[in-house]
Amino acid sequence: MDKRDAFRHNVLTSGHRACSGCGEAMAARMVTDLIGPDAIYINATGCLQVFTTHNQQTAWQAPWIHSVFANAAAVAAGVEAAMRARGKEMPVVVQAGDGGTFDIGLQCLSGMIERGHDVLFVCYDNEAYMNTGVQRSSSTPHGVRTTTSPPGRLSQGKHHLKKDVISIIAAHHLPYAATATIAYFPDLKAKVEKALGIKGPRFLHVLSPCPLGWAHDSALSVTVSRLAVETGLFPLLELEHGDLTGVMRLAEQKPVQEYLRLQGRFKHLFNTKQGMEEVRHLQALADAHIRHYGLLEADTEWDTRRAMHSARHGRGGYAQVTVSAPREVKNGG
Amino acid sequence: MRKLLEGSHAVAEAVRLCRPQVVAAYPITPQTHIIERLAQQVADGELAAEFISAESEFGAASLVLGAVAAGAQAFTATASQGLLLMTEVLYNIAGMRLPVVMVCANRALGAPINIFCDHQDSMALRDAGWIQIYVESNQEAVDSLIQAYRLAETCELPVMICMDGFLLTHTFEPVTLPTQSAVDEYLPAFRFSRTLDPARPMTLGGGSEADNYQEYRVAQQEAMENAETVIEAFDAEFSEQFGRSYGGLLQGYRLDGAQTVLLGLGSLMGTVRDVVDTLRDEGEAVGALRLRCFRPFPAQSLVQSLSTAQRIIVLEKAFSVGAGGMVAAEVRAALQQAGIMTPVESVIGGLGGRDLTADVIQAIFQGTTTEPFRVGRFAPDPVEEGGVGHG
Repeated sequence: MDKRDAFRHNVLTSGHRACSGCGEAMAARMVTDLIGPDAIYINATGCLQVFTTHNQQTAWQAPWIHSVFANAAAVAAGVEAAMRARGKEMPVVVQAGDGGTFDIGLQCLSGMIERGHDVLFVCYDNEAYMNTGVQRSSSTPHGVRTTTSPPGRLSQGKHHLKKDVISIIAAHHLPYAATATIAYFPDLKAKVEKALGIKGPRFLHVLSPCPLGWAHDSALSVTVSRLAVETGLFPLLELEHGDLTGVMRLAEQKPVQEYLRLQGRFKHLFNTKQGMEEVRHLQALADAHIRHYGLLEADTEWDTRRAMHSARHGRGGYAQVTVSAPREVKNGG
Repeated sequence: MRKLLEGSHAVAEAVRLCRPQVVAAYPITPQTHIIERLAQQVADGELAAEFISAESEFGAASLVLGAVAAGAQAFTATASQGLLLMTEVLYNIAGMRLPVVMVCANRALGAPINIFCDHQDSMALRDAGWIQIYVESNQEAVDSLIQAYRLAETCELPVMICMDGFLLTHTFEPVTLPTQSAVDEYLPAFRFSRTLDPARPMTLGGGSEADNYQEYRVAQQEAMENAETVIEAFDAEFSEQFGRSYGGLLQGYRLDGAQTVLLGLGSLMGTVRDVVDTLRDEGEAVGALRLRCFRPFPAQSLVQSLSTAQRIIVLEKAFSVGAGGMVAAEVRAALQQAGIMTPVESVIGGLGGRDLTADVIQAIFQGTTTEPFRVGRFAPDPVEEGGVGHG
């Protein structure tokens, strides 16, 4: 490491303007430091772009470009094509929120994957449009309060299920797709490193709690994201060429209420009979994930409990699924 | 080498001679033949470029944005709805001052859907911050494209070559293609000062607020104003090296002693010149002025060319619904700014591929037609059945 590298040790440096406890800032710091400064970063419009490049200031110590909201994957494809044409080789990495991935950016993302560009697309999913002040996205789980899915006399919050984006991505049969959260750093690290070792389009879906939009204590971002996994609501998966090849087993399934009750965005559900119905639906969705991905099958030495306590050992015994999971239709609750 | 080529293929050959490293596009009539030919050139090993079939024009514009930011020379082409779908990205390319070159094969806009030529598409993008060159012939399309790459790099402004859909893109004309060595000599290797590079990390496209945003726009305007000189200089230089000139910003025809001057854009000006000859033969003091460069708008040169005319007609294939001809409005503003109060008649015609024949143009010169319709006439014409309308 020469002086220049020492100075640029963190790709995302301090001094940016994220809220305290921001899950996306933590996730981006983890991911970009694993990738390093010798890469080209493309950012969709969103919180990460706003809080890192405020008014002629930048928190990035690597080449970084932002164009518009919907086109990050296409800009990255152009960057990658330029790299190929110029005979240069380095990681080309997209960072986008759930809006830039699930909604407005989905078409460009699908095109980039279909054409096989050598791009790592990282989605930091905070389950709503947080940058514009907490509006629902297609990633927002049902029952959630946002400013455009407010609970009221006739409504219990968002009416529609969270889009199953990892399945949509996996249906492109891309070399590698995975889900991760900030709660299990060794798992996230292993997935980033694995992705970096693979050529072609790769997709990493990182659940990134937003204390502001989820209305939880900003000290609890890691706890909340861990509970999302432990309840079965956000399974940690690896998919290769469309096949499920890895899942993180749950040592035990926690009831979704443990996750929901920490967050103000679900608070209204506990006040009414109809709201409790939505809670049951969320539990049914978590149970469906557990059945579909076999999250409780005790045939592994690695599960969420070990993942918590043995970070220093890396991810050693991460469960490898050798046979594809049955392609049953998921019961979304 | 002189060849009989379809306009689209002539453009594709010119693109090949410029050696772009990345070509990204999405098919749309009447542009499609350009990218089909480029795809074939790549498949045949004649063009060493990454050819990318984008998932939309929005994606295609984004792809060339990324490619140029990452240091590669790039090309895209589109038309009509495709151009509008690119709009957000085209403004962004201009704001980042990326030297992107594209061709717009001019076509009408829906609804109703219509695939034929007018200028509503590129005119809708007139405020985007792109240099816009409207060519009259396929030879001019070829030569302008070669100049466009140098222009874009020199001014750090994106360049849109606007060529009439079908009227040029699908018409066979003899075209002289410069040799590869001549083009290589003319075009230096691609360089962009803010290339994404880990050895010199830069943030492109970050935020800006009220205390500095306006300065970015002022810089764009200044670059556009400087581009006027560059366009003229490049035209002269190109003429010296290749023996062909298009007047740079404007191209006049029989303006000496012309009392009535018709100003227009694109391929219709060939017909206009024929009409000028006919009317001159009949003793009428008429001339023509072709606005080759619409952005930057060459106000000063225009005033010089029009200062002695007593009657000015602007014939354009687009208009702002609810207002009138944009070119006419800008010509009026330029003249008024210079203290010249010559009336400017605005005529809108040729929409959706309607022919502007010599007869129609002669009638426009003589003020005896209601078709195509006029905007801003002092005395309205009677409505004719089947006419487009009038104002």
